Amino acid sequence: MSRAKTERQLNLVIALIATRRPLTREQIKTAVPQYGQCPTDEAYGRMFERDKEELRELGIPLVTSSIDPLFDDEPGYRIDREAYAQPEIRLTSDETAVLALAARVWTQASLAGPASRGLLKLRASSADPRDDRTWAVEPRLRTPDPAFVLAWQAVRDRRPIRFAYRKAGSEHESPRYVDPWGIVSSHGNWYLVGHDHDRGAPRVFRLSRIVGQVRADGGPGTVTSGPDGDLRSLVDAAAHIDLDSSVTARVRIRPGSALPLRRRATQDTAAGEVIEIPYTDEARLARDLAGYGTAVLVEEPMSLRTAVLALLMTAAAEHARAGSG
Amino acid sequence: MSPPRASDATPSVGNEHLARLLTMVPYLLAHQGIPVDRAAVDLGVTTTELVRDLALLFVCGTPGHLPDDLIEAEWDSGYVHLSNADPLGRPLRLDIDEAAALLVGLRILAELAGPDDREAVNRVSAKLESATAQAARDAGDRVAIALESDPEVLATARDAIEADRVVHLQYYVPTRDEVTERDVDPLRLLVVDGRTYLEAWCHRAEAVRLFRLDRVESLTVTDRPFDPGTSRLPERDLSENLYHAGPDDTEVTLLLEPGAAWVAEYYPSTERSEQADGGLLVRLRTADPAWVVRLVLSLAGQARVLGPVELVAEVREQARAAAARYGPAVGPGSTGSAPGVRPYV
Repeated sequence: MSRAKTERQLNLVIALIATRRPLTREQIKTAVPQYGQCPTDEAYGRMFERDKEELRELGIPLVTSSIDPLFDDEPGYRIDREAYAQPEIRLTSDETAVLALAARVWTQASLAGPASRGLLKLRASSADPRDDRTWAVEPRLRTPDPAFVLAWQAVRDRRPIRFAYRKAGSEHESPRYVDPWGIVSSHGNWYLVGHDHDRGAPRVFRLSRIVGQVRADGGPGTVTSGPDGDLRSLVDAAAHIDLDSSVTARVRIRPGSALPLRRRATQDTAAGEVIEIPYTDEARLARDLAGYGTAVLVEEPMSLRTAVLALLMTAAAEHARAGSG
Repeated sequence: MSPPRASDATPSVGNEHLARLLTMVPYLLAHQGIPVDRAAVDLGVTTTELVRDLALLFVCGTPGHLPDDLIEAEWDSGYVHLSNADPLGRPLRLDIDEAAALLVGLRILAELAGPDDREAVNRVSAKLESATAQAARDAGDRVAIALESDPEVLATARDAIEADRVVHLQYYVPTRDEVTERDVDPLRLLVVDGRTYLEAWCHRAEAVRLFRLDRVESLTVTDRPFDPGTSRLPERDLSENLYHAGPDDTEVTLLLEPGAAWVAEYYPSTERSEQADGGLLVRLRTADPAWVVRLVLSLAGQARVLGPVELVAEVREQARAAAARYGPAVGPGSTGSAPGVRPYV
């Protein structure tokens, strides 16, 4: 990064903020010494155009207006001070500490830079936090998925996106065209929730299953629809959580074992040795139960008994000889 | 692997260095006389970078650029003094990423904090929202974080930490499928991606351990105090699995069918190679391979242990013993009643 460029642009910002009246191109050339040193006027013009563009990319409100209302051929430039400055927030020492903790949520994630810069901006008008404040709870987010940044930007800017997606258990990826509604962190994974154009319905995508690039297809603000309920419930629904299960399994459990199963039980009977688990997806529950080996025994229904037993016998057969098939 | 850098989500746009200076000036103006090293920490730069930035500010100023027009910066004393920088006195408005990141962070805190802190969190949120554009608030609302912790267990643990009381845990160890009993000095609740871990000094292991709160069967606060020390716990590197691999770990080789390929993504593996028949061969290291037994039992037909031999035998014995509990009619030796089951080899 060029130090000379930063120095020049900083002088430009100061000149355009300090002035009450718009400055002409010629006045700016005089005001910023580095422009005056340009070999030709064309070189200055190109440099000034690039600098203006970069200031706008940082969100600096550069205003162009005519200098003389009677002759509008000569544009003038200034920075709108009110639009430039962050409205002042005065935080007490305790509140600054809270905001610092909120910023630290992103310490090891993609928005670390923006979070700490936002905090710093607000600290300019706030009391400093006490040094010795410790917190009982320290939340952290992680964003390991390469697709996170572009997914977030699409959600933020309300732009439709296209990407290749590989469904769970599938070897192939398929192209998707989605109006993104939001992103959700759930059970350690990030999900994109949105309207899937090709399927004409809401869909939930795990960011880690997005293959390759996420490309915007449509300008900012194009997505105007939103989810019917809240984002989290859409992700929960997609995760097949057994909310309205009609079938119940009776499972005998070795005392002290299989805590996760007990959590799903509706009823503990016989001093916790037999529990009842509601379910909808038998194959899925059978796999969960098989994992506990001798610690669980399915009593009913018969179909679940058979399914668990089949898994156990398959496992026994597949491990009949060391390293063999 | 190094932790994800504190880099920006947005691809580099504009002049980052300029953005840093525009943020730095209002901060330093409001903190006249701050020690150089302290300022560097707050600003997230090295002292060398800070001094270079101050030297740059020193030669910038309002048009004319006579000495009186330039920014005054002084740091030789070891303390930073800045003046004559009024045009840059206020920070640039928070952009959407900055505002949304802070609002999302505050939203998470509001769910996790104790009553006193929650009040402060809500005050900060209200102040920030009042000074933030609608677009940024809306964008923040489009990020949702599902927190999994049982609020009651969380509250009890939080209170124990704040009161510096020893806690008795009944803790479920899934790798062994058993509930253990232990006393711990609770230090901090680490909520990572919505999952809560109690970071505590375990009396039994005589070391700091992480306990997943959803595996805590019961948590009892004792009346025994402990000395929490005064230093803040260091930031934990979350780039790797929270349970680190050790030198004495067993290397396990698994053969995964496509339906179980997620195992390779889910558990950190040291090696993976695709097989000609579409399978995936994965090697991973673990301190306690008992969980592998449970994993392959639940993934029967999709995942298989190839080594070490002892583990293959253990899966076989577990599977046979568990199957035997379903009675002789369908137990080992029978191939009949479970449809689709391959006979023993």
